[in-house]
Amino acid sequence: MTDKGTNLDPWYDSYADRTAGLSASEVRALFAVASRPEVVSLAGGMPFVSALPRELVTGAIDRVMSQDGGAMALQYGSGQGTPAIREHIMQIMAMEGIRGSADDVVVTTGSQQALDLVTRLFVNPGDVVLAESPSYVGALGVFKAYQADVAHVATDGEGLVPEALRETIAAVRSQGRTIKFLYTIPNFHNPAGVTLTWARRLEILEICRDAGILVLEDNPYGLLYFDQPAPQAMRSVDDEGVIYLGSFSKTLAPGFRVGWALAPHAIREKLILANESATLSPNSFGQFVITEYLDQADWRGQIESFRGLYRERRDAMLSALGEYLPSLSWTVPDGGFFVWVTLPDELDSKAMLPRAVKELVAYTPGTAFFADGGGRQNIRLSFCYPTSESIRTGVARLATVVNGELDLLSTFQGARLGSSRSVRTGVSMPPPNLS
Amino acid sequence: MTDSAVEKVTVLAGGISHERDVSLRSGRRVVDSLVANGIEVDLRDPDASLLGHLTATRPDVVWPALHGASGEDGALRGLLEALDIPFVGSSAAAARLAWDKPTAKELAHRAGVRTPRGITLSHDAFRELGAAGVLAAIADEHPVPVVVKPARGGSAQGVTVVESVDQLPRAMVDAYTYCDDVIVEQKITGTEVAVGVIDTGDGPSALPAVEIVPRSGFYGFEARYNAGETTFFTPARLGAGAQEAVAETAVTVHRALGLRHLSRVDLIVDAAGTPWFLEVNVLPGLTETSLVPMALDAAGFELGMVYAALAEKAVRDHR
Repeated sequence: MTDKGTNLDPWYDSYADRTAGLSASEVRALFAVASRPEVVSLAGGMPFVSALPRELVTGAIDRVMSQDGGAMALQYGSGQGTPAIREHIMQIMAMEGIRGSADDVVVTTGSQQALDLVTRLFVNPGDVVLAESPSYVGALGVFKAYQADVAHVATDGEGLVPEALRETIAAVRSQGRTIKFLYTIPNFHNPAGVTLTWARRLEILEICRDAGILVLEDNPYGLLYFDQPAPQAMRSVDDEGVIYLGSFSKTLAPGFRVGWALAPHAIREKLILANESATLSPNSFGQFVITEYLDQADWRGQIESFRGLYRERRDAMLSALGEYLPSLSWTVPDGGFFVWVTLPDELDSKAMLPRAVKELVAYTPGTAFFADGGGRQNIRLSFCYPTSESIRTGVARLATVVNGELDLLSTFQGARLGSSRSVRTGVSMPPPNLS
Repeated sequence: MTDSAVEKVTVLAGGISHERDVSLRSGRRVVDSLVANGIEVDLRDPDASLLGHLTATRPDVVWPALHGASGEDGALRGLLEALDIPFVGSSAAAARLAWDKPTAKELAHRAGVRTPRGITLSHDAFRELGAAGVLAAIADEHPVPVVVKPARGGSAQGVTVVESVDQLPRAMVDAYTYCDDVIVEQKITGTEVAVGVIDTGDGPSALPAVEIVPRSGFYGFEARYNAGETTFFTPARLGAGAQEAVAETAVTVHRALGLRHLSRVDLIVDAAGTPWFLEVNVLPGLTETSLVPMALDAAGFELGMVYAALAEKAVRDHR
């Protein structure tokens, strides 16, 4: 002990400003319960990797290790990724209309790292990044770490609203602020579940081109459509103004931590150098195994199998929402992992979480997906990991939570709650009013 | 420890309470300390297989490092008593008394300990009597600032310091989200201290009081579990009289509630040096940022030795 007392972190005053927010929180602690088997977790966005036939993976691993004892796969590799996997990545992206050169692909440690690298390349503290409202929590974390300010752009059932984009750009620039890029998830959005229409893709590209704003197109879910493919990628019609991010995490398995960026030539060069600076080289073993898998396995058939699985679970969730929580509104995703639920005005999704934990169900409060404190009226439900039966159980428990919270609030604010409660029935998709 | 009566300990940590994360951290610290002291430790997250496992393995001692409900409400302890397995910490009956904050306050009060005036209300009471009237009555009887907290639970989850009356409804709602009964009590201004009470065989004695000075001014969840967010003074910067008073108060509470082995008593010492009892924990946090390990360290104890001694005491008490 000293006169100054004991501080359990002697380096507390040494941390960089960008670490603000890297701390334990009550909400994070509550999520710890989600790992218990009694709890139905509708919170995480984990793909259901158990549906991946093990022999497809073990076969690929065996073949990798039988080639020169796996010497290449176990060694450092190129900072850009292996040529073989980059050729495969071009074939995968061609399914969404993208043409280009494998030389412009940079393999990364999941697309999350590509997101980090792009932000590192472009963002100075105080710069503005445009993002949908809501946006991917992992992206908001990266932007915050680089001390960017996020300006959310309104979104509706057809994705990001072009007119709102124009207005946001004008508003930000009128304050003398610098916009570095637009971050968007056009397909089966995380968390909103909506898909950007083709017409809007073209309009948004035009707006950004005119305004000199780079587009960062993040597309981890594009191949996981249910009824019909999503519109072609934005990158398919703009080689120079779009950086495209892709991933094997959802179509194969996230444990490999292999994703990529497809970037204009000049940016590609800097990305490779930044990648080498960050990790020396992306995961060699993962790249070799994935290459073997793509060479030998019916990976298109496997993705089709995933689509069927997730479609069934999406249907289970929508059906359960219609049955147990008919007064709420929610999006109806055509693919991906997530349904975005809008609660009655009075409810606060973050404050409600402890009650959910008591009822053994977990969700992600909408506040996680906003950099500006929004989202209290929303929750994200994931249908990717729990079985259809668990999803029904989870949504039934969620109904108990919502009704319990409404009962509590009505005790304290009865009259106001009664008059403002919005009742919309059925599973027809009201677009989320996210603006 | 080869001549010890304790060779095999099962540490229980995790569970499905709101404090699961804290419990896991406490459990791992206990395991590390016991293992370093040569004891074989089995760390388990309680589930449906637990009772069968305990029956089959018959550990010398169980260490319930389970925070929150089931760990501290006496339920699990009752089952351990039924299984006739020694365990570290208070009996099921005593844990139940301590877990319910209004009960603990009342018992402390009867033992002559000062505790902030307060009222405990169920959600049903508000529902039946009407929130507006009840809130007005509370505000009249217990003027702000007040502390609103769940009647059961820990880690300051659901706790709000209410500085103005209009904050009261939101604070009540936040607390009811954790627990169906909520305490509204007078906020005592003073020095916040935590006093560990330990009994390894010579009767309960108080450890040096740890003074808590959170940077934010409120010792909430973030201040508790993020190293550096709170500054601690051990022993607390109190006059000799107040030092003695907090130690005596802590032991009085420990005895009044019939606790054993280990507890942590949370107090506020007002400007006159009088300790006010807030609550007591039968399973104090034992994480890297927790107060009892800090106090043990300040008192010159080695954690592994103390934990081993507590395990042995549990065996002796069981005989």
